[in-house]
Amino acid sequence: MSDTDTDESAPVVDELRNEIVARLRADLGDAVVDVHQVPQVDLWVRVTPESWRSAGEALRAQGFDYFCFLSAMDWMPSPFGDGENDPTEEVEEDPAASEIRQGYTGGDTRFQMLARVTDTRRHVSVTLKADLPQHDDGTMSIESWIPVYAGANWHERETHEMFGISFDGHPDLRNMYLPGDFEGYPLRKDFPLLARLVKPWPGIVDVEPMPASDDDEGDDS
Amino acid sequence: MGLVDRGRLPAPLTKLFNIGRSYSMWVYQWGLACCAIEMGAAFGSPRYDVMRLGVIPLPASPRQADLVVVSGTVTDKMAPAVKRLYEQMPEPKYVISMGSCANCGGPYWDSYSVTKGVDQIVPVDVYVPGCPPRPEALLEGVVLLQQRIKHEDMAARWRGEGFKPIVRESEPIVVGGGPIE
Amino acid sequence: MTMLSERQQMSYIAAQAADARLNVELETEGMTLNIGPQHPATHGTLRIIARLDGEQVVWAEPSAGYMHRGYEKLTEVRTFPQVTALINRIDWLGSFANEVPFILAAEQLMDIEAPPRAQHIRTILFELSRIANVSLFLGDLGVQMGAVTPVFMAFRDREYVLNLIEGATGGRFHPNFDRIGGLKDDLPKGWLDETRQVMKKLRNFCDEIEDLLFGNEIFQSRTRGIGVIPADVARQYGLSGANLRASGVDWDLRRDQSLPLAYDKVDFRVWTHPDGDSWARCWIRLQEVREATKIVDQLIETLPPGPVMTKVPRIIKVPEGEAWVSTENPLGEMGYYVVSKGDLGPFRVKIRSASFNNISITPWVLKGVYVPDIITILASLYFILGDIDR
Repeated sequence: MSDTDTDESAPVVDELRNEIVARLRADLGDAVVDVHQVPQVDLWVRVTPESWRSAGEALRAQGFDYFCFLSAMDWMPSPFGDGENDPTEEVEEDPAASEIRQGYTGGDTRFQMLARVTDTRRHVSVTLKADLPQHDDGTMSIESWIPVYAGANWHERETHEMFGISFDGHPDLRNMYLPGDFEGYPLRKDFPLLARLVKPWPGIVDVEPMPASDDDEGDDS
Repeated sequence: MGLVDRGRLPAPLTKLFNIGRSYSMWVYQWGLACCAIEMGAAFGSPRYDVMRLGVIPLPASPRQADLVVVSGTVTDKMAPAVKRLYEQMPEPKYVISMGSCANCGGPYWDSYSVTKGVDQIVPVDVYVPGCPPRPEALLEGVVLLQQRIKHEDMAARWRGEGFKPIVRESEPIVVGGGPIE
Repeated sequence: MTMLSERQQMSYIAAQAADARLNVELETEGMTLNIGPQHPATHGTLRIIARLDGEQVVWAEPSAGYMHRGYEKLTEVRTFPQVTALINRIDWLGSFANEVPFILAAEQLMDIEAPPRAQHIRTILFELSRIANVSLFLGDLGVQMGAVTPVFMAFRDREYVLNLIEGATGGRFHPNFDRIGGLKDDLPKGWLDETRQVMKKLRNFCDEIEDLLFGNEIFQSRTRGIGVIPADVARQYGLSGANLRASGVDWDLRRDQSLPLAYDKVDFRVWTHPDGDSWARCWIRLQEVREATKIVDQLIETLPPGPVMTKVPRIIKVPEGEAWVSTENPLGEMGYYVVSKGDLGPFRVKIRSASFNNISITPWVLKGVYVPDIITILASLYFILGDIDR
């Protein structure tokens, strides 16, 4: 399952995924912005936001009939820290820590759509990403996937209430999990967890070393 | 008998009534999450049978229940329902908070949608810690509650003063630890 | 049986006719029925709002969110071991199964593999959690149809499996046993023999349930033909697990993908059923419990010796990257999309839980069914609230 080869002269080639990418490029043309492949393991494709629905249709036409999930990503590092450090310690300012770095297949925006579909016949899946540009008033919107995969209905409702992304063409975009009077979009990184602001987590508590040697320790508790 | 509502209940009669009440409780299971499975094991499985303590599960409605066991995470969306359930129960009523989520929010103490402890909504008599507590731990919680009831002043509850223990110098209340009678 | 006199028969017919006249003249309006959020038939706090026309459902919708604990936000502020301890509680019946895809995703990012013995034991515990989960489903199935006895048998037999899991991991459910790089500990002495005995008991339990419940005429008439979901609709909605296989789709993640678990070393049969109704879903789960006991038996015989943990640093920082791993959990396909930035904890974890997709089909499938069938269909789709609401 590992994709590293001991034999340097024979790189791992993944014919199936190469063929999927080739067909996608043929169907969508320039809309396929970036592709990241880990051979024999997984495939990531980024498309332009305008072609989000047509990318879904192209994949469906290729045989990706099983809808796995649809969500979004907020790439901004949390301004409240990751809650794992001792709050009484001095933290040195690290400008690189607050820059927005997207993951595989890159991107330009803080928010990105994330979706995954599977082909149950060829036993392969694709993760689809798309940038989410912000409109002038700060909102974001993208086409709904409901005409392509009917199961996207609930996933889009959840993404809307967690991130604040609106989906054009969704019949009923109301809250799924949160009570009606909830304010804010919880999964955005600038939404604070109030309990942690009131009483911060004391940080990693250094446990006593085990009686045996430190070499065959597992991870910390 | 008129003695209770006039607030004048002699001590031996109180003791008798308390013993009777503590061994004939009808439990309403407000099972929300994982602790509900352990509560189901305690109440429904033949191994950790709760009926031998005199506590019968599965009343038909909260209006017939004496005791409610809140087991599982209480979210902000669910909190009004818990409050409404508690108000539907007739006095005297007791609440056991089972599991760390119901005690204090538990592993979700920092979540934006979890009520940090059911005692923010309803008054709790016994807290059973654990995640999830073993069925035996819940049974011990029930036994502690029975001890608590045995030392209760029934007349005070009738007058609306809530739970008021009767403390006698000769019989200290031992709750947890010492011998369980 | 007494014979009705002619006069009684005539008066009965006249009363029926009078009723019929009244019903034709009576305007009925639809009623909105609210089932839940606390109801003995729902596995937790699910609220279903149904608009009825007489006894038929015109429109029904589940209202989830009563158990939303904010998992995805909480994982962002926890380290990897802390997240492992937390995600046990998503599907709270089959709990070891929740940890496995997350740990496998973290191992994929770190590019390490657990030793073979650890993979084997992981698979054994995975199948045990499947047995624990689905045997309670079989018991609860009776309760939701109105037959209360099977649930006591299910609890009794489930105790044996929970004893096993507790003997190995220390927790009846919520074992928190998986670690990045292997397992926390090896199996205790005598565990394998006890597992063999327990698997025999579980097979007896399956036979009992099949006789008691599945052979019952009432059960059959309540589930056959109810809630038919065709295969392409099931795939579009992302139904998984037994629900998908009951619609005839031959898709099992244990067989159809290669993960570092020991499934490629055992022979097992993937059960499908062409009908796609509630009966098929329930029946397939019964067969899967049997199949799981056989898998555990095979795995016990072939357990390799060796360590249960590879060499990992004491404080684990998972390198930057993204990984997706999904496994065939008892409820369906559960997957984690783990994004890491090289810290002690993940940057974002998207939890793809099986019940969310399974229940998203209810507005589609509940159109036009009768009110008792709502409960039957939801029972056969089998969800756990923690899995829907995360």
